[in-house]
Amino acid sequence: MLKTFPKGGVHPAEGKYSANSVIEKLSLPKTVSIPIAQHIGAPSKAIVAKGDKVKVGDKIAESTGFVSANIHSSVSGTVVKVDKVLDSTGYKRPCVIIDVEGDEWNESIDRSIELKKEISLTDKEIIQRINESGIVGLGGATFPSHVKLSVPDGKKIDVLIINGVECEPYLTSDHRLMLEKAKEMLVGIQIIMKALSVNLALIGIENNKPDAISHLQNLVKDYPGVEVHALKVQYPQGGEKQLIKALINREVPSGALPLNVGAVVHNVGTAFAVYEAVQKNKPLFERIVTLTGKSVKKPSNFMVRIGTPVTELIEAAGGLPEDTGKVINGGPMMGKALNSLEVPVVKGTSGILIMPVVLSARKKESDCIRCAKCVSVCPQGLEPFLLNKLAQLGKNDKLETNAVMDCIECGSCSYTCPAGLPLLDYIRLGKSKVSQIIRSRKQ
Amino acid sequence: MSTTILFTVISLSAIGSIAAIILYFVAQKFKVYEDPRIDQVEEILPAANCGGCGYPGCRGFAEAMVKADDLSPFYCPVGGNETMTQAAEILGKAVEAKDPLVAVIRCSGSPEHRKRVNTYDGASTCVIVSGLYSGETGCQYGCHGLGDCVDVCDFEAIYMDEETGLPVVIDDNCTACGACVKECPNDIIELRKKNKKDRKIFVSCVNIDKGGIAKKACEVACIGCKACVKVCAYDAITVENFLAYIDPNLCKLCRKCVDVCPTNSILEINFPPRKVKVEATETVETKKVETPVGPTGENEKKENDNNIINQEG
Amino acid sequence: MNKLFISPSPHVYEDTTVKRLMFDVVIALLPALVFSIYFFGMGAIIVTLTAVVSCIAFEWLIQKFILKQEPSITDGSALVTGILLAFNVPSNLPIWIIIIGSLVAIGVGKMSFGGLGNNPFNPALVGRVFMLISFPVQMTSWPIPGVTRFTNWLKPISAADLDAVTGATPLGIIGNNVGKVLEKIDVATGDTLRHTVTIQDIYNGQVVINEEVVKTFDQVPEYASQLLGNIGGSIGEISAIALLIGFAYLLIRKVITWHIPVSIIGSVFLFAGVLHLINPEYYIAPEFHLLTGGLLLGAIFMATDYVTSPMSVKGIWVYGIGIGLITVSIRVFGVYPEGVSFAILIMNAFVPLINMYIKPKRFGEEVKNGQ
Repeated sequence: MLKTFPKGGVHPAEGKYSANSVIEKLSLPKTVSIPIAQHIGAPSKAIVAKGDKVKVGDKIAESTGFVSANIHSSVSGTVVKVDKVLDSTGYKRPCVIIDVEGDEWNESIDRSIELKKEISLTDKEIIQRINESGIVGLGGATFPSHVKLSVPDGKKIDVLIINGVECEPYLTSDHRLMLEKAKEMLVGIQIIMKALSVNLALIGIENNKPDAISHLQNLVKDYPGVEVHALKVQYPQGGEKQLIKALINREVPSGALPLNVGAVVHNVGTAFAVYEAVQKNKPLFERIVTLTGKSVKKPSNFMVRIGTPVTELIEAAGGLPEDTGKVINGGPMMGKALNSLEVPVVKGTSGILIMPVVLSARKKESDCIRCAKCVSVCPQGLEPFLLNKLAQLGKNDKLETNAVMDCIECGSCSYTCPAGLPLLDYIRLGKSKVSQIIRSRKQ
Repeated sequence: MSTTILFTVISLSAIGSIAAIILYFVAQKFKVYEDPRIDQVEEILPAANCGGCGYPGCRGFAEAMVKADDLSPFYCPVGGNETMTQAAEILGKAVEAKDPLVAVIRCSGSPEHRKRVNTYDGASTCVIVSGLYSGETGCQYGCHGLGDCVDVCDFEAIYMDEETGLPVVIDDNCTACGACVKECPNDIIELRKKNKKDRKIFVSCVNIDKGGIAKKACEVACIGCKACVKVCAYDAITVENFLAYIDPNLCKLCRKCVDVCPTNSILEINFPPRKVKVEATETVETKKVETPVGPTGENEKKENDNNIINQEG
Repeated sequence: MNKLFISPSPHVYEDTTVKRLMFDVVIALLPALVFSIYFFGMGAIIVTLTAVVSCIAFEWLIQKFILKQEPSITDGSALVTGILLAFNVPSNLPIWIIIIGSLVAIGVGKMSFGGLGNNPFNPALVGRVFMLISFPVQMTSWPIPGVTRFTNWLKPISAADLDAVTGATPLGIIGNNVGKVLEKIDVATGDTLRHTVTIQDIYNGQVVINEEVVKTFDQVPEYASQLLGNIGGSIGEISAIALLIGFAYLLIRKVITWHIPVSIIGSVFLFAGVLHLINPEYYIAPEFHLLTGGLLLGAIFMATDYVTSPMSVKGIWVYGIGIGLITVSIRVFGVYPEGVSFAILIMNAFVPLINMYIKPKRFGEEVKNGQ
């Protein structure tokens, strides 16, 4: 019996059309616009101005606090301006816009391709290097990685969990990475293990990627302390709390972080980025992005420079299909529908999903029939039907006592609702109101 | 048979009397003294319980007024000055007359002026769209047109115009309770002075983007060009973040700013049509859609001045 | 370029709709209908059709003319209510009674609370209990299976007809007789001889006191007949096999989970079993309880009604066990031989309370309290 998390979950149609597409390098765009806030936490501060010449890997924005991250140029060229540009949030945010001239890399980056296994840096230096390289969680949450690696005094981490679950339908970037960059990723995992000084790392992979599982199982023999575990296909297994429960059967307390149960979770993409940053001194300025969808001519996995407009990816995959309804940044369950195709790829863009109109339209709403399907699929054990009602009525105190803040916004409730109710829409609204109240109470 | 009836009557009467006596003493014991003026004040309040005064319902407002020494922070927008004077009489206190207010919608972004670039397909509430996106248009500040304000209005004073997709305030019904102002996630609705004959001049835009970006998203956006500032004789207009604002307390309703606005984002409402001069240029005429427009005539101006005097007096 | 759609996540949806769920329930009920038509003939079809048509019609009329809503009869919920209502009455019920029952089920049981999703009680059971209390004779005159199959259903049923073609349900035979004290005056001595009827007497078919038959009983059907449905009873409840086929279908289509039926059937089995162990003379074996009466119909189709059952799994156990205990209590200790309808309605009333106080186990909750 394969491991999985015990409560709730759904299994949407997988649609992994791009699972067999080898990672391609996307050709350089003419201009890139690099948002200076690509992570959770304090926005960075731009340190370049109009007219500045930059090289690939040059720092262009500096982190402004502990929970913040540096931003590096992904191209070489001239800074056109620092201005507000529409990004994937749907709002205009400050971006550094660079005209691409050639492809000149910063000299400190080791561009050789051979695997470098020996870890020469100390744990402090590793964290310092990761911080310097602007690495954030590449699974989509974009939480600055060095924060997760800096374990507060008094806490003991005994296991590192590597998230290769990729539970979102359609997306395959982690899958391809595990197949093509497995060795580098495994060195990255060992670097993280050294930084955390733990002796055990568990890689969790859902069973719909048998090739990745067997490939890694063959390789891990050379990497002591690393284990590969196949997991039952169940969304949202990629959620930190669900993955920890599935792999080591520890339950992260409500409102707490994984390190409270002695675990740290990193994505496979982050592990690869850590390898490149620590061993090759290459900051995070490119990532693997899946471009897929039912009607897409050539579903692909691209290695993309941060800041490349989404249109470039769509062109490379054969153009925008006629029946396009939604273009989603991320997977269909938690991704964000884009309102423009000019938005840039950012560190958190794991995929661009093009959904036809028929698949993306919402179901017609009808009355709640209290079927309790939302309750049974909620992985957090909440009552979405109740939270939905309370949020509509604006009963924030009741929302809080009914644990709205435990919601991980996985969307299983909206997915399954036979009445087509926008449960998560309202729950998210209630959650933001309650978190405002909690914040104002603390002050 | 008759004895059964007799026993029933006697026992029920006995139980009833005992219960009555108990209730009497309990009522005496737990009696709460309440200022009788609270009831009197509540009587004259409109009983709309809209919360426009900032208190939970009319009774809460009455209680607070009876307790307070100074009535100046209190105002019932629904009842207006008349109600407030009556309340002050009951309480033996003085109250200053306040200008009546009315809600105005500071967005003119109908589909004709503000192109729809996306189709929103989520929960049909403004507050959810605004939390996630800039909405269906390129302007993230303007009206989302899903009618949260209509739902929240207790007085049927707002409806959605199907053609423009924008809410419209019915001035006569609007009590300025402020419910829609609080509800609107984009803070488009403002309570402004209800001038004579409901005449209003205001900047119908809240877009704080740079002029070019704003104009690209919406033809009738304020671009912060400051033309109105220059023409205003009363220093009533300020521009901040590329957005003009007309201070209702300083504005004398002269309408000069309306003419100079290059994007027609300043609206004049309920004014009589202007007398069009013979040499009126075509460009000016085509600018205005709602009301026929021409340069301000001399007579008009006098009339306006009179209005102002009347108002002040 | 087309306008892009935007909406908050998620962007994909399961193809389940309320309509599909309702029609799945209808499909799951069909085997029971087929068995019923085989045993009761035209009567089963007539009553079921009447109930369905009148339920849908009343819902449409009420929504159109009283509530002034967009009629929602296409969602199939009135269809389900109609079938379930018919399944809970004898197949020879006069048509006018089932029409009145439909009006009560839809009008009082459902629409007066605001329609689908808002009714606290199962509408079909509200209608059924109303008919049971208002028309007790017609509602408890069970046609003998196979006998009334081709009788003229249009003819009004007279008292004589009723006696000729109707018999008792297995539960009725047990419930109305076991524990009764029979008296016989011994001619020789003048003493009064008393005998309390036991289960064994019923299976023997008669009570003999002093070598004289004082009372005879209808034959209790065998378990095979009970499984197949060759027993007296309401249209939908007679065949255990047909109902179990429907249950399997509902489980496969994931319309319901196993929790409610299993909790009800389990608690009935346990409670009845304990009573049987205490005194097998007066309390019949638990498997008899499972196969007779409306227990399976109620547990699989009525108690699992989405609207009137609890939301959390823990709540479902409370609800199911409550129904089981009340059912057995009414059957064994009450005046009615059958109690599933009442038990479900009583527990329906507790559902809001259950939902309020019995919450699902939250992720990370126990750990937090343990700290």
